[in-house]
Amino acid sequence: MTTAATHKNSGMMKDLIVFVCILALAGLQFVIAYQNITASEMFVRMLSVAVIEAALALLFFMHLAENRGLLWFVGIFTVFVLLAMQYGWTDSFRIVDGVKWAK
Amino acid sequence: MSQADLSIHGQVSRTDATEMMTAPTFSVAAKKMAMWLFIIADTATFAGCLVAYGFIRNATPDWPRPFHSISNVLVMTLVLLTSSLTMLIAVRHAEAGDKAKAFRWTMITAVCGIMFAVLHIKEWMGMIGEGATLFHNPWGTPLFSSLFFSITGLHLLHVTGGVVALIAVGLRYQGGRYNADDLEITGLYWHFVDLVWMFVVPLVYLLNLSH
Repeated sequence: MTTAATHKNSGMMKDLIVFVCILALAGLQFVIAYQNITASEMFVRMLSVAVIEAALALLFFMHLAENRGLLWFVGIFTVFVLLAMQYGWTDSFRIVDGVKWAK
Repeated sequence: MSQADLSIHGQVSRTDATEMMTAPTFSVAAKKMAMWLFIIADTATFAGCLVAYGFIRNATPDWPRPFHSISNVLVMTLVLLTSSLTMLIAVRHAEAGDKAKAFRWTMITAVCGIMFAVLHIKEWMGMIGEGATLFHNPWGTPLFSSLFFSITGLHLLHVTGGVVALIAVGLRYQGGRYNADDLEITGLYWHFVDLVWMFVVPLVYLLNLSH
């Protein structure tokens, strides 16, 4: 077997392992959906699993693990944008609960 | 003083300066970098939609939970995740120079994308059949239907675009006009579409499952 063929086969094996992991995590989300817990608990658990799934896909399917510079670039930009958006989202509690300290 | 002397004295030669200016950012080719920038921008678009969805869902006391069965979504997820694997196989074959297999796996990926779109439309038709439209929701607040169709519709649009891109790039790759890098860049987009679905499923479908 040539070096290129060996490299291709080992790469495919790695892809398959990551795929099975992501599939298992996706299955876990469906299991969580049938648990008898509150919506907020379910949200936190599902989102945590989704973040792990996304990280695996980014690192191995999209090959970010092989390029550290690009990983930092994409990571910093994406995390900054996602965190900045949370400012607006948390304001929805004010609509439901009102501004407690103003009463 | 010659160029060699300049380099010896710690100054950058003209050749080095040219290489520094033309060297790709993060050692990534310009086309691939453009795709990454698009992916970052599109992440912001989807995140904006999902954050707006979270805001409205949280601020609406009687939010409906209309989904009784999620078997269709389970199959859709399985199909889309598998399509990511087939895309990876296509790219691996392309990198190894096996053009025929790379093309075949790219087309299998496109078929998976079409299957996903068909299942998605079937899901939509079921909901429309129960009376849900963009501006009407039989289970309560109309905002649920508006957000459901908007978010899943935006994702379906991306899948449709991805299928078209896969077929077009696959055919051009087979014809010799595109190379393995082009196939890999299309693969990046396809994995991104898959990645977005990982967040759409729990937030839009699973959290609205009727218990």
